[in-house]
Amino acid sequence: MTKVTTAIAVATSLFALAATSVSAEKLTIGLASEPTAMDPHFHNLGPNNAIAFHIFDRLVAQDEKQALTPGLAVSWEPIDDLTWEFKLREGVTFHDGSPFNADDVICTITRAPDVPNSPSSFGAYLKGKTAEKIDDYTVHIKTAEPYPLMANDISTIPIISDTAGCSATTEDFNAGTAAVGTGPFKFGDYKPGESITMMRNDNYWGDTPAWTEVEFRPIKSGPSRVAALLAGDVDMIAGVPTTDIATLEANEDIQLSQGVSNRVIYLHLDQFRENSPFVKGTDGGQIKNPLMDPKVRTAISKAINRDAIVDRVMEGVALPAGQLLPDGFFGVSENLEPMEYDPEGAKALLAEAGYPDGFQLTIHGPNDRYINDAKIAEAIGQMLTRVGIKTSVETMPRSVYFGRASKGSPEGLPEFSFILVGWGAGSGEASSPLKSLIHTYDKDKGFGSSNRGRHSNAEIDAVIEEALRTVDDAKRQELLAKATEMAIENAAIIPTHFQVNTWAAKKGLEYIPRTDEYTFATGVVKQ
Amino acid sequence: MTVFIIRRLMQAILVVFLMSVIVFFGVNVIGDPVHMLVSPDADQADIEATIRRLGLDRPIWEQYLLFVSGAAQGNLGNSFIFGEPALKLILHHMPATLELAFSALFLAVAVGVPLGLYAGLYPDSPLSKGIMAGSILGFSLPTFWVGLMLIMLFAVELGWLPSTGRGDTGHILGIETSLATRDGLSHVLLPAMNLALLKISLAIRLTRAGVREAMGQDYVKYARAKGLSTRRIVFVHVLKNIMIPVVTVMGLEFGSLIGFSVVTESIFAWPGMGKLLIDAILQLDRPVVVAYLMIIVLFFVLINLIVDILYSILDPRVRLRDQGA
Repeated sequence: MTKVTTAIAVATSLFALAATSVSAEKLTIGLASEPTAMDPHFHNLGPNNAIAFHIFDRLVAQDEKQALTPGLAVSWEPIDDLTWEFKLREGVTFHDGSPFNADDVICTITRAPDVPNSPSSFGAYLKGKTAEKIDDYTVHIKTAEPYPLMANDISTIPIISDTAGCSATTEDFNAGTAAVGTGPFKFGDYKPGESITMMRNDNYWGDTPAWTEVEFRPIKSGPSRVAALLAGDVDMIAGVPTTDIATLEANEDIQLSQGVSNRVIYLHLDQFRENSPFVKGTDGGQIKNPLMDPKVRTAISKAINRDAIVDRVMEGVALPAGQLLPDGFFGVSENLEPMEYDPEGAKALLAEAGYPDGFQLTIHGPNDRYINDAKIAEAIGQMLTRVGIKTSVETMPRSVYFGRASKGSPEGLPEFSFILVGWGAGSGEASSPLKSLIHTYDKDKGFGSSNRGRHSNAEIDAVIEEALRTVDDAKRQELLAKATEMAIENAAIIPTHFQVNTWAAKKGLEYIPRTDEYTFATGVVKQ
Repeated sequence: MTVFIIRRLMQAILVVFLMSVIVFFGVNVIGDPVHMLVSPDADQADIEATIRRLGLDRPIWEQYLLFVSGAAQGNLGNSFIFGEPALKLILHHMPATLELAFSALFLAVAVGVPLGLYAGLYPDSPLSKGIMAGSILGFSLPTFWVGLMLIMLFAVELGWLPSTGRGDTGHILGIETSLATRDGLSHVLLPAMNLALLKISLAIRLTRAGVREAMGQDYVKYARAKGLSTRRIVFVHVLKNIMIPVVTVMGLEFGSLIGFSVVTESIFAWPGMGKLLIDAILQLDRPVVVAYLMIIVLFFVLINLIVDILYSILDPRVRLRDQGA
């Protein structure tokens, strides 16, 4: 208890200090979700990472389009098939004044995958990698097999201080004593559920931020967040509800920023069971699973009116999707367009596949995970019913949904036949969805971990695996695009749209939208 | 009286134990917390490691035994999401909820009882009819809607009060509370009002009904005949007699103010236990849900006990006896 009270005392004194230096340069941001800790390695989760990247830099950073840019490393390159060399930035100091060097990198890479009680560790990005200090400003990271995505993986890891952070506990980080990074902002105060305050790092190696102080306030209820912005309690909000976008657009005191995200919303179809539990014949009897037939899957894709989903359900705030990532990302195909809406063609294809009268199907989806997810499922249900696939819709909270969708059947297999899901490519390139959604489910190699339709095609697998071995960027880009084209041609999954995220700020401020959905104070610019 | 209190405490332990069984097994059959926790990038091996670390690979009765043996030592388990003891998390969020509940209770009594008294004494006046009509609105309007309307009116349109959050905190008797600062008080006002609305209506109706019944009683007539002033009759004799149902109901309602201020806390982004609970439910943070419900059960048992003791003070005819023996 004494620890808690001292933490509170320290926090309040810090807050008092902050209060005296308040100037016009303070920025208050209302967040839609809250981080679970100030420890940057505790929980590999969007809201946590977004906050951590203010205080901690990464060796390799991602710009607003998720392209890799130099962070604490000035350059990185493979020096042989199995080794990547990172040259570190010199003259950088931590918030406590200690210099940054290779020791900090080595200790970070040791600590990040191994934080006690971590709900989801960074192990996924550091598995099979060993780091070695060559000199103070050179680090080698080795893998057992050629690995092209080294820089992408490393760009997820916040670098902590060797002296202040490496032996610290998550509690030390939450109290602020260990939250010492090299980032543009210094830790100020952390009140769980209430606010996170940060001060400008005047010695930052990059561009000095425009804000002397930033306060993040989690306001999870959408209408309340909008009200807080309208009332002037916060300067900017993330996650504007689609229903409020039209009213905010009409408000002269509010400036909206919108940008497409790396998240594709798609449909997975049961392709591994002869008798799929939620597929029935027109008479309600058991039939052989029609979703195994690529023609039926293509017919379903043709039956979906993506423009209507975007215009009506998403109120214009989305982009129709024809592949796994929007244009501009590494590894997307230039040849793919969203499937044309063609109900007649869909009916013809169904007849050709032997289902002239269609069949019965249930679509399952979450109702609190993606923007308007339940409404999208309902719209898709109606569109399929129109071409003869009588579809019923069942949505549920994500806490129930994802467990059942992944392993809810009595045998521990995916329970549903036809599901609505989303995938955000954290690495910012196409191998992420290809590896997890399209590749054959393979527990030992860690492939297809979210392949809930269990699509399996040896040819596509081979291309994906080759891409994951190819260090040459141009060649890898080509392979990823090829694998994407093959997957879409097979209708392995059916992409519907890419989510577009909306931020709203008071007049005079503008947010540079990010594809990774993060809200960064450094991305808020004065007009 | 001591025997009475001891017996009640024993009952409380039994209730808490039964509650732990129901809640633990109830919460554990719903959903799958692992998929709420792991990053989508995690592969199958990572997912299995998480399942093992959380102990979810063990049979449920084994998990329950582990929980009980931990609970016996005051450890209600670690939050899946925060990695910290669930009890510590709840205690950390408790002051915020308590200050909100006390403010709401204060408003309910300070506004509801005088209005109810007036409406009971002058049932035919237009003001009384207005008060009663208002209390019907207070009953029937949904909390989340009223909350949003309060924010729209007082924060967005008029700009008098802040829309969300807890504001600056200070210390009263060593407890950190926003009731200690001006800024904190301005933050507390809207959510407390929102939370109190239903309780005010309840207090109005209870008081009014009590007053109307009491005014026709013999002891009031006798007091009048004795020549006592109306003021003395109302404020000493009538009020004292009608307070029993008001205290009972307000006591029980106080429990629900603490335990289930979920909607208000969510709308006003109030960092209290209610918001912690709803987040825990949405993300399937089972240990926090279980610990929370057990604490709330304890609260209700204690509040009932306090209400019983208050009875005996308010009404000397009530004696706390061990009736079971």
